[in-house]
Amino acid sequence: MNQIVRMSRRSFVIGSAAVGGGLALGLELPSGLGEAAAAASEPEVNAWVVIRPDETVVIRVAKSEMGQGTITGLAQLVAEELDCDWSKVAVEYPTPGQNLARKQAWGTMFTAGSRGIRESQELVRKGGAAARQMLIQAAANAWNVPPSECGVASGVIEHKPSGRTTTFGKVADAAGKLQPPKDVSLKDPKDWKIAGKPLKRLDTVDKLTGKLVYGIDVKLPGMLNAAIKECPVFGGKLKSFDDEKVTGMKGVRKVVGVGETGVAVVAHTWWQAKTALDALPVEWDQGENSKISSVSIAEWLKAGLDVEQAFVGNQNGDVKAALASAARKVEAIYSYPYQNHATMEPMNTTALYTADRCEVWCPTQNGDTALAAVIEASGLPAANCDVHKVPLGGGFGRRTFTDYIRQAVAIAKETPGTPVKLLWSREEDMTHGHYHPVTQAKLIGGFDGNGTLIALHMRISGQSILASVRPEGLQNGRDPVAFQGLNPSGPESAIGYTIPNLLIDHSMRNPPVPPGFWRGVNINHNAIYLECFMDELAHSVGQDPLEFRRKLMTQHPKHLAVLDAVAEKIGWEKSPPEGIHRGLAQMMAFGSYVAAAAEISVSNGNKIKVHRIVAATDCGTAVNPAQIDRQIAGSFVYGLSALFYQECTLNGGRIEQEHFDSYDSMRIAQMPNIESIVMPSGGFWGGVGEPTICVAAPAVLNAFFNATGQRLRSFPLKNQNIQFA
Amino acid sequence: MPRLVVNGKTHDVDADPNTPLLWVLREQIGLTGTKYGCGIAQCGACTVHVDGTAVRSCSLPVSEAEGKQITTIEGLAQNGVLHPVQKAWLEHDVPQCGYCQTGMIMAVAALLTEKPKPTDADIDSTITNICRCGTFQQVRAAIHAATDA
Repeated sequence: MNQIVRMSRRSFVIGSAAVGGGLALGLELPSGLGEAAAAASEPEVNAWVVIRPDETVVIRVAKSEMGQGTITGLAQLVAEELDCDWSKVAVEYPTPGQNLARKQAWGTMFTAGSRGIRESQELVRKGGAAARQMLIQAAANAWNVPPSECGVASGVIEHKPSGRTTTFGKVADAAGKLQPPKDVSLKDPKDWKIAGKPLKRLDTVDKLTGKLVYGIDVKLPGMLNAAIKECPVFGGKLKSFDDEKVTGMKGVRKVVGVGETGVAVVAHTWWQAKTALDALPVEWDQGENSKISSVSIAEWLKAGLDVEQAFVGNQNGDVKAALASAARKVEAIYSYPYQNHATMEPMNTTALYTADRCEVWCPTQNGDTALAAVIEASGLPAANCDVHKVPLGGGFGRRTFTDYIRQAVAIAKETPGTPVKLLWSREEDMTHGHYHPVTQAKLIGGFDGNGTLIALHMRISGQSILASVRPEGLQNGRDPVAFQGLNPSGPESAIGYTIPNLLIDHSMRNPPVPPGFWRGVNINHNAIYLECFMDELAHSVGQDPLEFRRKLMTQHPKHLAVLDAVAEKIGWEKSPPEGIHRGLAQMMAFGSYVAAAAEISVSNGNKIKVHRIVAATDCGTAVNPAQIDRQIAGSFVYGLSALFYQECTLNGGRIEQEHFDSYDSMRIAQMPNIESIVMPSGGFWGGVGEPTICVAAPAVLNAFFNATGQRLRSFPLKNQNIQFA
Repeated sequence: MPRLVVNGKTHDVDADPNTPLLWVLREQIGLTGTKYGCGIAQCGACTVHVDGTAVRSCSLPVSEAEGKQITTIEGLAQNGVLHPVQKAWLEHDVPQCGYCQTGMIMAVAALLTEKPKPTDADIDSTITNICRCGTFQQVRAAIHAATDA
């Protein structure tokens, strides 16, 4: 309990500072100065560190908190270099407008790809170290002594020869006036006292009492509420609506077309807006995609499994020749569906537009692109726009998009001077996502006469996320991210096997369904394809799946280390208890090495009980092992929910699953016991929010084969009447 | 005009009687700790107590809540002292994004009123809230800790 930070409403800036000045949410109009006003009246040592006279250390965090613990981890890194008192730490967000005005002083605000900590760790640690140096210098100046004679511990600066002391709070004002040091040295992680420790999160208390203000909870004086419907068919347009039918309904203020594709009702309350929207006669121009269905997409993808042309992601040797000469061949086809992120908090944004200013309050994973969207949608100069980031009720990649922000600004332009909160219904959220892409894979393995794997061809056919979301990231048409976890080498997502003749290629087929980065991204299917098929290959030659893998992993010691760790802890060498069956999987992605071993039982041939999972992560450097443990455990909820339940199907060009009754998620009853092994090997910084998700499904699927002799190759499992017990 | 008693206070609200209790709490009484997740009583983010029983307020017309004692997450702590479930949640650092947790806590608080020492089976059959971050391991540990307190 000693590390729980008791923050007052005043100091808990994230959450309450969402609205101007950081105080009195809903009681005063945002000044537009917002967080900047708060900062200006307080001693800012540098962009990262503000120290108040009462010794509160406010650490500024640019990344978005969405449950992954990034604000706590980043604050630990700053606090470590600063040598402050952790119990006095609070955190706040700079606004994207401030970031723009200060020439990206806080780096990129993009919070996805498990990059929150690993990509900004150096920047924030240097920020903390620079602030520490300036605080020491300020104290040394006051004492007229050389700074080299001074030391710091827990926010107290001591002049060692004389024993004089002062505190950060007393010298912060003077420190902020000094020139920042040109260069600072950073601590060796082995000397860390705050970072690297399993500290509790900084943002918990208000989550327990209902006080935390998420985007959906933002309330501004005089605010109206809006509900929206976009054309249910992707690519379709709004043809007409009959607003006379609803304008007399209680609370309704206005019905507005939103762009070319949507219509919104603005009302006093959201419930009134939604009720009127449901009653509003709307005609859609469905466009050419109304003929698209999951069946037609699957047929198109299936054809891609055998076409000649494909983008190559990983190639060595001569697969064709090796397979032609193989003594034994094994072949399998897998497929993976569209899935919605299903954040618990539906998309929303509150916008206030006036003739010369536009501000929004929104849950976003990328403050910078959110601001760009506001600038574009409002048509106002950048300096006249800002975004106030609020805590996210889940992100999982969905809130890297700005569709809901643009809509809110478009609606607010229809009510100038009056703030409007746009909230999507769950139905809207389910049917207008940016979905986990759909793919299929055909895998062919070849053995020589001695049962040695000599060739593997993995053909992926399906949708590219980049082609839709960031086409400038394509390389001569090829999507490098499609090969996540399968690359020949590199620090991000390399394959863990050496196979003499290998070809992994991608036939890109992009249906007219918006894809997105869905927690884990392309490893979710790539790991199922690779790791289930490695199991198939092992069993086909009567080899133990662990031993079979180990022989191919001798040149991949970090991949092997996590696999060995889970195998050892689950007791792979010994037979499992009666009725229990085991499966393994490993993968590298987001710069980290992960593995899982599952223990399951199967009743009636179709009811799976997942009893126990051992999961190992080598993320290089562990900033907060307790939060990593929680990301690992949570990954199995996300990954196994996807495996058992989740699929978005299309019929008539529209998503069929509109609710949580047809798009279910795991509950506590299905939760296995997760034993995590956090084993940072040092020397690199890997991500933790996403990698483990991808080993959840193949570990359980491989255990299911051991239990039943049956291979499951299409998902979700509910379609094959396979359920949680 | 429905009259509601929420966290011990009486509110006369101007709402259509069919309006779900959730939206009256959030938009008219200003208690936004109760969350909208699905609107069809699947996820439990909107859980409140009605006469001491856990109810998914997104699917309860406000007219049916009249004359009953409604408790929301804002009314769970008494005199500034966190409820034992909230304390256990704090001790176990349960929330991730936190959005579902107020509903989860209300569901658990109601369970503990009925069964002060719930078994794992009791928890499995009663706590059916969705958490997309996947906090269930901590949730279970915190429930048992709250009952041991």
